Amino acid sequence: MATDIASPASRSASSERTRAIRAGLVRRHATEQIFRGLGIAAIAVALGFVAILFIDVFRKGIPAFVQSNVHLSVFFDPELIDVDPAPARDQFPSDAEYTAASLKWQRSVALLNWNTIVEASLRKAAPEAGDMTAREILSIPETDARHEIREMFVANPSLLGQTVDVDVLASANAQNWIKGNIDRSLGDKQQQLSAPARALIDTFVENGTISNGFAWSILTNVDSRSAPASAGLLGAFVGTLWMMLIVVVLAVPIGVAAAIYLEEFAPKSRLTDLIEVNINNLAAVPSIVFGLLGAAVFINWFHLPISAPLVGGLVLTLLTLPTIIIATRGALLGVSPALRQAALGMGASKTQMVFHHVLPVTFPSILTATILGVAHALGETAPLLLIGMKAFVASVPATPLDQAAALPVQIYLWQGNENRNFFEPRTAAAIMVLLGVMILLNGAAIYLRSRLEKRA
Amino acid sequence: MDMLAGKIKTTSQNLDSAMNPTDMLDRQIRLTARDVTVHYGTKQALHGISIDIPDRAVTAFIGPSGCGKSTFLRCINRMNDTIEGAKVGGTIKLDGEDIYSPDLDVVELRARIGMVFQKPNPFPKSIYDNVAYGPRIHGLARNKSDLDEIVVSSLRKAGLFEEVKDRLQEPGTGLSGGQQQRLCIARAIAVGPEVILMDEPCSALDPIATAVIEELIDELRENYTIVIVTHSMQQAARVSQRTAFFHLGHLIEQGPTEDIFTNPVNKQTQDYIMGRIG
Repeated sequence: MATDIASPASRSASSERTRAIRAGLVRRHATEQIFRGLGIAAIAVALGFVAILFIDVFRKGIPAFVQSNVHLSVFFDPELIDVDPAPARDQFPSDAEYTAASLKWQRSVALLNWNTIVEASLRKAAPEAGDMTAREILSIPETDARHEIREMFVANPSLLGQTVDVDVLASANAQNWIKGNIDRSLGDKQQQLSAPARALIDTFVENGTISNGFAWSILTNVDSRSAPASAGLLGAFVGTLWMMLIVVVLAVPIGVAAAIYLEEFAPKSRLTDLIEVNINNLAAVPSIVFGLLGAAVFINWFHLPISAPLVGGLVLTLLTLPTIIIATRGALLGVSPALRQAALGMGASKTQMVFHHVLPVTFPSILTATILGVAHALGETAPLLLIGMKAFVASVPATPLDQAAALPVQIYLWQGNENRNFFEPRTAAAIMVLLGVMILLNGAAIYLRSRLEKRA
Repeated sequence: MDMLAGKIKTTSQNLDSAMNPTDMLDRQIRLTARDVTVHYGTKQALHGISIDIPDRAVTAFIGPSGCGKSTFLRCINRMNDTIEGAKVGGTIKLDGEDIYSPDLDVVELRARIGMVFQKPNPFPKSIYDNVAYGPRIHGLARNKSDLDEIVVSSLRKAGLFEEVKDRLQEPGTGLSGGQQQRLCIARAIAVGPEVILMDEPCSALDPIATAVIEELIDELRENYTIVIVTHSMQQAARVSQRTAFFHLGHLIEQGPTEDIFTNPVNKQTQDYIMGRIG
């Protein structure tokens, strides 16, 4: 009975409470919806920009992986190739004399005008080109075609008097015309090629003398200025590889060891606090400053060679160290105290605790942080400019002390090339290669992480 | 292994004299603490704790939260060393040897005084490796078969072997809470400690798992000196032979468990036992 008497009042009080809660609920749900919406919008914007970047780069870059080849039948005309027969080893008493004679012969071969051979082959392919000048005709193949044919002859002097089928690259200007990189309706004065040359190219494309193929040259050649159509990324790629090797060998062990010491062993003191603040600040220093430091310390002081991957690797190591240290410390900090106590309680020493228990647990995170740090270093350009890595280098560095280019710097250099119609797609193609390497590294990080986490 | 076997033999000889729990202090004293104080920075957490802990018996530390019972437990194997700013004063002797003496290696101490924590904390490794870890780092096994023997006998003593014998290579973290805690006990036993410290070993477990652990503690006391911190007075009453009541960093009263629970001398102890503080 007593509860019956009390109930109307308590019921009205409780319904009032419910109403108040409901009124609040509407607001709470609205806030939740807004934050959800904002989150989705943020992700959509970010993904949108990434998509735009990729689509733009791929749209521009993919055509650069197609190259136009000119199929020539080259007649090694004895009248034009007017040199003595190549020396044979058995004509000379010693190796030294034979080498000297060979070099002399090669020089005389190099002195010949091989363009005349190229020109004759082209004229043979196109009888309609009768009144075109040699200069006009030779604007169709790339300028290194003559070297290619000369090297064939040097390697095999018995070609004299024979006809051989050879594929040479079309010149950058010819490729611009074929691919439509240049507006075909522009007048003669604005065109790089003369009207007859342009017409001849179209004829060649029609009759199959010029055809398209995959541009392996972009991956297998080094940079070139005299023969821009043959310019490739190999030198820059190997230069970058050397630098990354140095970064991995130096930055990873030093960074991880420093982080372990600071996090696990160093007593908390003013000094360690100061070191910590400095490391955090170093991570925020603009990368170009590291380039200045590299130029001052490694080149001026240690007298290491300019433009060398060794110096670039050292600078990028300095740049990556703070990132790796901070990320590793973060990972170590995240290890549960229960695990540490378990190890110490078993009588493990501090070192045993770190190496037997803490590191194995944090290894996947450390690895990911490291690979992301290296990927960051891979794309770094500014500091390399300051240590001379923007020089034009047309060779593959055999050691980290040789002059070299780097992938991001190559992109920068190609972007600035005067033959913009030809190099814009090439730049995008170089960006594709760089992005490919980065995606490969990040993919490796994700794969290793998931594998190691599964094992743990 | 030989060490363990030897211990078992000595124990069975001594069993007869362990029968009377009220006279525990007549027995050999394993640990002696005199005037132990602990400061965390400027805050004093323990005030002059003096206590004797007998061999092969369970001593329970009870008291309300924050009374210092866990702090004192952690002084016994010097786990407080790992806490920044913790300072320990007074003396604690294990078999007459000062454990805070500079000559004593803390690694060796922790091999002699094992610890089981509040939350089961097996290593994220296989069940086998969990138990084998201690013997491995302390070099107690000469070869693989030695190690196998230690692992199996430790798991047996912890009452876990029958449940896990078919999956020794599976991760220890995949066991249930109660099994994990018994794995931690097996891990502690594997080193052949003389003393086992237990810091509220059942507080994260359900009543059934708790009952299993309590039974296990009762069995282990035949071979080991056990010190257990517990917030449950019933548990202290069930498993211990001696009880010490802590309050606000002071050791208020200690004695045979039966006396503490039926006839406490001190008013604060009485209040706590009756549920008036806590």
